[in-house]
Amino acid sequence: MERETVLKLDNVTMQFGGLVAVGDFDMNLEDGELVGLIGPNGAGKTTVFNVITGIYTPTKGKVIFRGIDITGLPPHYITHLGIARTFQNIRLFGDMTVMENVLVSQHHKLEERHADKILQKHGFEPKVVGKGWFWKSILKLGYFEMERRMIREAEELLEKVELSDLAYEKASALPYGMQRKLEIARALATEPKLLLLDEPAAGMNPHETEELMEFIKKIRDDFNLTILLIEHDMKVVMGICERIVVMDYGRIISKGTPAEVRNDPKVVEAYLGDGSYA
Amino acid sequence: MRMTLPIFLQNLANGILLGGLYALIAIGYSMVYGILRLINFAHGDVFMMGTYFAFYGVTLFLLPWWLAFVVAIIGAGILGFLIDRIAYKPLRNAPRISSLITAIGMSIFLESLAVVIFGGIPKSFAPPRIYPKFFSKMLQIGSVRVQILTFFILGITALLIIFLIWFVYKTKIGMAMRAISTDIATTALMGVNVDLVIGITFAIGSALAGAGGILWAMKYPNVNPYMGFMPGLKAFIAAVIGGIGSIQGAMLGGFLLGMIEIMLVAFLPRFAGYRDIFAFIILIIILMYKPSGILGAKLEEKV
Repeated sequence: MERETVLKLDNVTMQFGGLVAVGDFDMNLEDGELVGLIGPNGAGKTTVFNVITGIYTPTKGKVIFRGIDITGLPPHYITHLGIARTFQNIRLFGDMTVMENVLVSQHHKLEERHADKILQKHGFEPKVVGKGWFWKSILKLGYFEMERRMIREAEELLEKVELSDLAYEKASALPYGMQRKLEIARALATEPKLLLLDEPAAGMNPHETEELMEFIKKIRDDFNLTILLIEHDMKVVMGICERIVVMDYGRIISKGTPAEVRNDPKVVEAYLGDGSYA
Repeated sequence: MRMTLPIFLQNLANGILLGGLYALIAIGYSMVYGILRLINFAHGDVFMMGTYFAFYGVTLFLLPWWLAFVVAIIGAGILGFLIDRIAYKPLRNAPRISSLITAIGMSIFLESLAVVIFGGIPKSFAPPRIYPKFFSKMLQIGSVRVQILTFFILGITALLIIFLIWFVYKTKIGMAMRAISTDIATTALMGVNVDLVIGITFAIGSALAGAGGILWAMKYPNVNPYMGFMPGLKAFIAAVIGGIGSIQGAMLGGFLLGMIEIMLVAFLPRFAGYRDIFAFIILIIILMYKPSGILGAKLEEKV
């Protein structure tokens, strides 16, 4: 059976003034794939994430998600359509509880009607659970039911990712590894089809990294996800990714299975230099 | 004049009253600053506009006073929402100084607009034309005489503040506001329609300013296009004292500033004329020694 193409980047170029951060970038992600995006610092990896999630509108090219052209849509639409992400440096809502962090991610299910229409137009299930959330929230008509359902779903999610015990702790009070996990849980709460992880193992010790790799594989299967991840830790990339894309200076210089990429002289050169500077 | 207990209590009541009004206006400053790091200098003019809406609601559209007040508060809320849409939203990604200058421009625009539309001659916001005479009756409690209006203003202020706290901490949209105040880009990426939530924040802050304006005019019944200027600045000072960005801080700062002003005049009547200057002296002292305010979070220096 042919697998669905979840994400297609078609000749994407992102230019900032004279600087081409990403140039002529093509990429296809099939349903259920776990793909690594690697490259030296400043290669443009995070820019690719920012283009996919709508923070930047690409100068040229198209971003197609499940057959929907999402180029230039605002970030909250794109999230509603089913793309979620985490960040290189943890960006939780520190003053809010673990539970509230997850609940914020469900907000769009109450109100995002415009993006919901796009979903329905392309034949997908609508995600918005209730209508008139604003007045309901003020006048309390049927609101508690919606709210309770959200909280129940959040509890289930926290159960699955084993954060239930900490549900009412302040997010900033969690240990580092847990915060990383919560960031992933918060992304999962938006009910994504595609999950973008930006250096999930950054700052973790080897033991935590080990657990994280298991965790990523587990959520891919449990939540039926396609995952694209940026990572510098080669153990993680080589250990869990089925396919790897290597970038340098905004362009793809190599792609293939971990073994193929590892032995590609261009990749070695990008990471270690060609010797001319030495 | 010797300070006796009744006189002290009398001043206490006045201080709480003035403080409550400052608090109502300060909350709007603080909410907007909390999510956008923008000092909305047009806030004081929304306060003025709300008062005019109420004035004309009664005198021109002949609404009953309470209905006119409610309509005016809603009108101020809508005005706040529009100000955000028209003036601030296009500058969301611009340097912060651009928004600040726009805010000052917006303030001057609203004042001039009020002069053109409503005229520069002060209007009287006094009973029985605007609201029933009942409110100006005096109530004797022990040896203290308090206007019924005082209780009305305090009651409404308390109700609005309770509503706001409930809204911000117990509803989904309040949660989205708190998330935005931590990290606007991340909140958008979690699927929240950030512009809508910011618009609603402006609407609520402005509605509170509108309510503050009406209550202010009931106490000081002189409505003119520049009436928002001084209360706006004072409320801003109150927000800074309490810790700008924090709703509780704005309330605390408002009550503190109101109390200090009244007590100062009561204890040092010779300096009564310097009342406004003291507010600014307090601002300078706070900015020098505790710029984050009493309840404000410590500002982290990003390196």
